[in-house]
Amino acid sequence: MGIRFVLMVNKQGQTRLAQYYEYLTVEERRTLEGEIVRKCLARNEHQCSFVEHRNYKIVYRRYASLFFLVGVDDGENELAILEFIHLLVETMDRHFGNVCELDIMFHLEKVHFMLEEMVMNGCIVETSKSNILTPIQLMDKTSS
Amino acid sequence: MAGSSSSIMDNLFQRTLDDLIKSMRLQLLNESTFISKSIEDIRREIKSTDPQTKSTALQKLTYLSAIHGVDMSWASFHVVEVMSSSLFSHKRIGYHAASISFHDSTPVLLLITNQLRKDLSSTNHFHASLALHCLSTIATLDLSRDLTPDLFNLLSSSRVFIRNKAIAVVLRVFDKYPDAVRVCFKRLVENLESSDPHVVTAVIGVFCELSSKDPRPYLQLAPEFHRILVNSKNNWILIKVLKIFARLAPLEPRLGKKIVEPICEHIRRSGAKSLVFECVRIVITSLSDHESAVKLAVSKIRELLVDQDPNLRYLGLHALSVAAPKHLWAVLENKDAVIKSLDDEDSNIKIESLRLLMAMVSESNVVEISRVLLNYALKSDPEFCNEILGSVLTTCGRNDYEIIVDFDWYVSLLGEMATIPHCQKDEEIENQLIDIGMRVKDARLQLVRVARDLLIDPALLGNVYLHRILCAAAWVAGEYVQLVRNPLELIDALVQPRTNLLPPSIRAVYINSVLKVLSFCLDCYLDQDEGTASSYCCNLAGEQSEMFLVKTHTEAPELVATTREGSNYEQDEGFNPRNTTIESSDDLSDENDTDRVVTLLSMKNFTHESVVSLLNRIELIFSSLTANQDVEVLERARNIFAFVQLVKAEIIDNSGQNVDKKYTQVSAVIKSIRDAFSMELGPVSISAQGRVAVPDGLVLNENLDDLKAICGDIELPSSSSFYTGGPQFGTASDASSSNLLKNDESGPSNESTSLLEHRKRHGLYYLASDKSETVPNDYPPANDPKANSNINDEADALAKLTEQSLLLKKRTNQMKPRPVVVKLDDGDAAPIPDKRPEPINDSLSGAIKDVLGSEANLSVSRSNPLDKSSTKRKGKKKLGTDLPSEMKENLGDAEKPDPENPNPSSKSKERRRRGKEKIVEGEEPEQRGKKKSSHRHGRHKTHQRANSPLNVVSQAPVIPDFLL
Repeated sequence: MGIRFVLMVNKQGQTRLAQYYEYLTVEERRTLEGEIVRKCLARNEHQCSFVEHRNYKIVYRRYASLFFLVGVDDGENELAILEFIHLLVETMDRHFGNVCELDIMFHLEKVHFMLEEMVMNGCIVETSKSNILTPIQLMDKTSS
Repeated sequence: MAGSSSSIMDNLFQRTLDDLIKSMRLQLLNESTFISKSIEDIRREIKSTDPQTKSTALQKLTYLSAIHGVDMSWASFHVVEVMSSSLFSHKRIGYHAASISFHDSTPVLLLITNQLRKDLSSTNHFHASLALHCLSTIATLDLSRDLTPDLFNLLSSSRVFIRNKAIAVVLRVFDKYPDAVRVCFKRLVENLESSDPHVVTAVIGVFCELSSKDPRPYLQLAPEFHRILVNSKNNWILIKVLKIFARLAPLEPRLGKKIVEPICEHIRRSGAKSLVFECVRIVITSLSDHESAVKLAVSKIRELLVDQDPNLRYLGLHALSVAAPKHLWAVLENKDAVIKSLDDEDSNIKIESLRLLMAMVSESNVVEISRVLLNYALKSDPEFCNEILGSVLTTCGRNDYEIIVDFDWYVSLLGEMATIPHCQKDEEIENQLIDIGMRVKDARLQLVRVARDLLIDPALLGNVYLHRILCAAAWVAGEYVQLVRNPLELIDALVQPRTNLLPPSIRAVYINSVLKVLSFCLDCYLDQDEGTASSYCCNLAGEQSEMFLVKTHTEAPELVATTREGSNYEQDEGFNPRNTTIESSDDLSDENDTDRVVTLLSMKNFTHESVVSLLNRIELIFSSLTANQDVEVLERARNIFAFVQLVKAEIIDNSGQNVDKKYTQVSAVIKSIRDAFSMELGPVSISAQGRVAVPDGLVLNENLDDLKAICGDIELPSSSSFYTGGPQFGTASDASSSNLLKNDESGPSNESTSLLEHRKRHGLYYLASDKSETVPNDYPPANDPKANSNINDEADALAKLTEQSLLLKKRTNQMKPRPVVVKLDDGDAAPIPDKRPEPINDSLSGAIKDVLGSEANLSVSRSNPLDKSSTKRKGKKKLGTDLPSEMKENLGDAEKPDPENPNPSSKSKERRRRGKEKIVEGEEPEQRGKKKSSHRHGRHKTHQRANSPLNVVSQAPVIPDFLL
């Protein structure tokens, strides 16, 4: 499995989104998130975006107040994951228009949906923004 | 009626997810109470018959579970209910909840099979997509088995949207239910040829994951992958394909030639750093035979190393450390950039560069690199400082200090490390100090000097991280006391008042060292007093001239003459070298310290007064210790105290007289104590215990539960069992305790009567007394030279010879040869599994092999119109699938040439064949591997043996036509 989990965490260390591609119990998730957040949030922008933790490699990137953390296998291409994070942010940006933390809080399901379109089983399956957003836009149309 | 109205009320007043999030944001103080209150509401609402209320409740619960870690396993049945809603918005909530909360042991999973099947075959492709997503995270064996036919249909769906997802789901289904391969694999492969890049992305993703577990079955698909590698313009796909090739290339040598050109092309042309980096990685890991490609990759790495972006610098270092084992030159070329990275702001980058520096270390530069690193350690933060010290210690200590030539330097380095303020590597330094003492005779003089410097500084005793190092220093000083320049000073250091800061266990070592030094001083005093040497003295001298390499030195002909004289006189009972060499060698050793003119013996003229005052002082100090709380300290202090009193009485008594053999009693005692200490300790193989034959009648795995009750009535349960081993058993690294035992020369006769009684009563748990005498003889002592020479077989002797000649040739410019390091054959002991563990997904790759085998005809006839080639392939294919297991094993070894691991299983097996009795092992596998490939032997043969089937086998099953 390439991608093991995707986390979005704000500056204060509160989890805003957590998507796991392998089963962990609630307790395991909590401790893992706590450890990772402590490790990554302490780093400054002059330091590199890759942190090794347990058997994961964590690739993270900060956008304004929000940290995007992706846990991957050791063999995964770190730069590609950084590009993946950027793609995710751009996709959200296109959908929400200047996306911010609140958008993610209040539309968590939609963000999950975008992620589902992009990643299945830890593999990146879709990288075109318009393809990712088509089903969501359709849903928006039908519900409104 | 009442029910429905209440549900309407619920619906009206129900908080939506947005409300929940909003009020959560307002509840800054007591979040947990708010959450538990919300859960209460949800529990009520979720039971509602109104689907809207129910799904909203579930939505809120899912949110709380995902973000706040609330348990939602209790709601799993409601999840199933919401999933079965026909309304998409509800269904979506249900599926999302399921994929977040369900796992393999969720009981309701059995209930959703039909729902999933219905949704998978739904005409509404959004419903199908929901079901696919859910399946990709929660599929179990049962679900996979039951839904494989539906999945099969979707794999050729006309809608790319659905086909994509079905492809991704296949990965999980294969994992859970390998038999699905027989159904779905063909369609999966067909999708590789799809013109739609989205489909290809998905398929390649699946193959990338599948090949990470066992790449062998996918070799046949190499032509397809190659086509994608050459034609695709999508970087995501290319990266994945490269990952697949990185796994395939080591299996099929000819593959490398085929892919190296397109890869280099990507490196040169592509602007995407991620793709270039992936290309670099595959070149340095899997295509290391292609020199020009490696050069290109290394030049790219160099660009990364000097980049502004810390990410690229990190990756550059990382890539270098991957390249280091095979292409050390790449690291050496970029040495400057690596050393510069030690100063980086980022600790991750610093650690990477440290690893690389350690990879560069060889015997020619170890001094220089360690110097640089120690300077860094001094000025860096505690964490990194210890990281540095740890790596230096590990690297230098690896394979019995194989890269260390100058042990004097290394021992001083250890002493220096100990005094670095942040140093917390006490355990490692302690072990190495003692280990070097035991293994490297020539290092002992310097070791004693370093130990003395550490012991004499009262400030060091205050640092808890130094205590273990001081313990080692105290042991070294006591054990090799004959090399100490000033024993009196050493005793002062060992009994200084601040030693009360030490923990009792270490203090006990100090006290024991005092005993050794004291007995040595008294021995010297008596000897010089007697004027004539006893036979013991000559023995001692002989032993020591053996021990130390006395180099002929042109500047000191006088000394040389005397020392030679000394060794000549060894047989002569009437000569004591100690007295004659005192003056000259003392002076010379000062002048020619660095020239390693080793003084034969310690040069001490003990006067009667100095000895008496020494005894008085020790008596005074230890009289206070005889009331110590700790039993170890107490016991040893009492021993010394009693010893001192005994000796003192006689020495003072006889002070007036001047007759030969006046101290008969005392000198007998002292000599026997010295005797006990003079037995040299050597390293012990960790497998030594296993070589001791179990005596007849001893049942080792008998239940010892009732022992607890018996132990109640004895005080010293362990001592008797220790005696049975005799003195040779004491050669463990825990020298202090074994010394104590040896010290007590009266042996078994000294057993307390209660113990004897106990033995009578519970003879069952004692070794039979006559057996215990004979058993130790079966086990040769660790450093018995005879045993070594006899047991090594000829091949080994040859190995050593070639090695030595090579070493000599290489080191002609060096000042002195590397001292002998006593080595043990520890390879036997390491628990190396005989067989390679079976691949976990054996059934999966087996199934894939089967499918590919039956499919071979089809795919070949598709890609190649020549029919005869397909039959050819079929025959060869069979060869491949029926690989004998031992061949596979060899393949496994050859596949992973891991230079970090000097004991690949093939080697250890061979050793076992050669015979278990071997004790001293002269092999230095790593070094040989690195530098003397032309002089391989023995082990090399196994490698060849392992290599040759590789070529045969890997060529046999896969002769992909694309290579032709």
